[in-house]
Amino acid sequence: MPEEGTEKSRKKGFFSRLFSGLTKSRNSIGSGIERAFTSYDRIDEDFYEDLEETMIMGDIGIKATDQIMEKLRAQVKEQKIKDPGLCKGLLIHNIKEQMAVDAHAYDFEHGPSVVLVIGVNGVGKTTSVGKLAGIYRDEGKKVIIAAADTFRAAANEQLSAWAQRAGVDMIGAPEGSDPASVLFDAVQAAKARHADILLVDTAGRLHNKKNLMAELGKIDRVISREWPECMRENLIVLDGTTGQNALAQAREFNGAAHLTGIILTKMDGTAKGGIAIAIQSELGIPVKFIGVGEKMDDLQRFQPDDYVDALFGVGETQT
Amino acid sequence: MAFENLSEKLNHIFRGLRGKGKLSEADVRSALREVKMALLEADVNFRVVKQFIGSVQERAVGSEVMNGLNPGQQVIKIVDEELTKLMGSEMTEISFQPGKAITVIMMCGLQGAGKTTTAAKIAAKVTKKGKKPLLAALDVYRPAAIRQLQVNGEKVGVSVFSMGDDHRPADIARAALEHAQKNHFDVVILDTAGRLQIDDEMMQELVDIKEAVDVHQTLLVVDAMTGQEAVNVAESFDQRVGIDGVILTKLDGDTRGGAALSIKAVTGKPILFVGMGEKLEDLEPFYPDRMAGRILGMGDVLTLIDKAQANLTAEDEEKSRDMASRVRKGKFDFNDYLESMKQMRRMGGLGSILGMMPGMGISREELEGQIDEKKIAHLEAMVLSMTPEERANPKLLNPQRKYRIARGSGNDIASVNRFIKQFEQMQKMMKQMGGLGGRKKHGSPFGGFGGFGGAGRKGGFPF
Ligand SMILES: Nc1nc2c(ncn2[C@@H]2O[C@H](COP(=O)(O)OP(=O)(O)OP(=O)(O)O)[C@@H](O)[C@H]2O)c(=O)[nH]1
Ligand SMILES: [Mg+2]
Repeated sequence: MPEEGTEKSRKKGFFSRLFSGLTKSRNSIGSGIERAFTSYDRIDEDFYEDLEETMIMGDIGIKATDQIMEKLRAQVKEQKIKDPGLCKGLLIHNIKEQMAVDAHAYDFEHGPSVVLVIGVNGVGKTTSVGKLAGIYRDEGKKVIIAAADTFRAAANEQLSAWAQRAGVDMIGAPEGSDPASVLFDAVQAAKARHADILLVDTAGRLHNKKNLMAELGKIDRVISREWPECMRENLIVLDGTTGQNALAQAREFNGAAHLTGIILTKMDGTAKGGIAIAIQSELGIPVKFIGVGEKMDDLQRFQPDDYVDALFGVGETQT
Repeated sequence: MAFENLSEKLNHIFRGLRGKGKLSEADVRSALREVKMALLEADVNFRVVKQFIGSVQERAVGSEVMNGLNPGQQVIKIVDEELTKLMGSEMTEISFQPGKAITVIMMCGLQGAGKTTTAAKIAAKVTKKGKKPLLAALDVYRPAAIRQLQVNGEKVGVSVFSMGDDHRPADIARAALEHAQKNHFDVVILDTAGRLQIDDEMMQELVDIKEAVDVHQTLLVVDAMTGQEAVNVAESFDQRVGIDGVILTKLDGDTRGGAALSIKAVTGKPILFVGMGEKLEDLEPFYPDRMAGRILGMGDVLTLIDKAQANLTAEDEEKSRDMASRVRKGKFDFNDYLESMKQMRRMGGLGSILGMMPGMGISREELEGQIDEKKIAHLEAMVLSMTPEERANPKLLNPQRKYRIARGSGNDIASVNRFIKQFEQMQKMMKQMGGLGGRKKHGSPFGGFGGFGGAGRKGGFPF
């Protein structure tokens, strides 16, 4: 990890971190934030286009953006809204509401539960598992990690470094073993040791690889079969910099192992992770956690307000 | 209306339009709206799209619709050419230092882009070229990153230089170079840690490495699934560190890969390789023209356009125009049927000819799997067994004639009856369709043309 000096700046909250990102990229052509909405004195097509642009630049995608805008236009008409500021506020409110997390979203944390962490290559699965282990361990829970990535070089070593940092046990197997058999062992261990949470790291796989997705289905079934009474949580990890393809990822992974939530990572950069909004509208899968760095405590419960504000550059002038 | 890809959308827009002389501004504008959507759906950066559309618009308005193309295809052709131009017209390779001099390559990029794997893939590739590469482990942050490089190095039979994780990356780079000089390595590949482009200290670290050793090629590794953010990343790395080329990873996924275009547009740097899988030999050269087709979501349509242009003579063009007008009047007869089959064969595709006929946009997806070549051959045999008069005037076909045709073509009478009946239905439908000026729902405009691609639909031809 980066040297001590950066430690302090990295400790800043999620909110300010999002904005420090924005300020730094102000001059780049990709940043759509500098445009001042306040310059509009009435709601016209230019204004709407501007909102749309912000959403597209935030990776929400055309389809979801269209849906959101359609609703907004109807509301504006119905409520006879004339002020662009109010209109934008309404838009932000709508999306916040849509992204709200259900009250029972974190019930699994009481355990006993199995949290299966899945996703395409390099999105931050292993790191997220390590961070979750640290969080739950700090809460005094008994946590076990299953190292079901038996494919990628040194995946085991990487995860075991995290297990050590978090101070939890890890069940693994040599490279090339059957991941389903790792799970079998891990579930037995979790039961025997009365674990509250079993965190499962899996190999990265692209969602269009049939055999790898079938393997995932098998892993999912092994858990249900071996530990039917435990709570189940299947979290897909999405890289916040990913564009429209994340929707296809969520769709396919959901087909292989029913998804209960999203971990949106790398949100400490300037990416907005707007595709999560499209996924929420199409598949109804909520974002539950957000990754904001590479350290143990850089994982937080998802806060729709902060997320949507960052997307629209609200409060940007405060920093 | 859900259209699978851009060409379908464009065909939809231009349905009902004849292949007229020049593209009007209105036509171009509505077509380019679809192109814009396609590019955004492919994750090309919004600003880049805007610029691109602007320049295409300028070129397309008033341009002559070429022989063999319909207006929709003409627009696609211009878009494709401009895209390919933007993507860079030729393949670029890694350039090596002359003679025995050591070439230093530095990998850089965001976290999780695939640097470590790609470093090993490049090592394997240059080994095949007779080079002796050394991999150097400069990622001192991510747990087990060094181990990952070592394992991969071992797999491809390339040495890995590492000093553990408590040295500065610039110092490791310097030591790696010394090691390479002593041991006669001629390529050194530096694998650096992933970093955010806004992380100032981490970006400085790359600058420090470049100051410590002479880096000849700085390669930015980018995940092909990256969204709008790609321009920020590429621009920052290029401005702050300076990059010489780009590698696009995870292209074996189903992403359209619009990031490639964004990056090219903001940096102008060539894409050298694409990662096509997790195995260490899965690194392929980059073909700009293929990428253009992928981003548009219509690679094969473009080949079709090329083919149509190459193979279609002016005479064919004339005939097909003529046929189109007959189709609209419902005067399509068995001679037309034969002629269209002939053209089709010459161009190697059913879709191309239908696509060229105004108002007959056709979906490849719909065609695929529904065209049975054998069945088509049977039908053609029936037509060939007709006399020229019968072909021109299907009404002549009484039971005796049908019987003769069945015998002559080696089909049973039931098949002949079915074929002729369907042909008549189709004629009727075409007449109606022509009258309506193509005001039809998606799914049936081609269904009308003898149900190509519409097997199972009402009035469809049995292929
Ligand atoms: N900046 C930032 N980096 C992150 C975050 N989460 C993970 N990373 C980094 O992303 C890189 C990849 O993370 P991994 O946890 O190895 O990803 P993975 O999904 O397990 O990767 P594979 O197992 O290879 O598919 C590492 O360098 C992590 O440190 C985050 O929230 N922010
Ligand atoms: Mg991993």
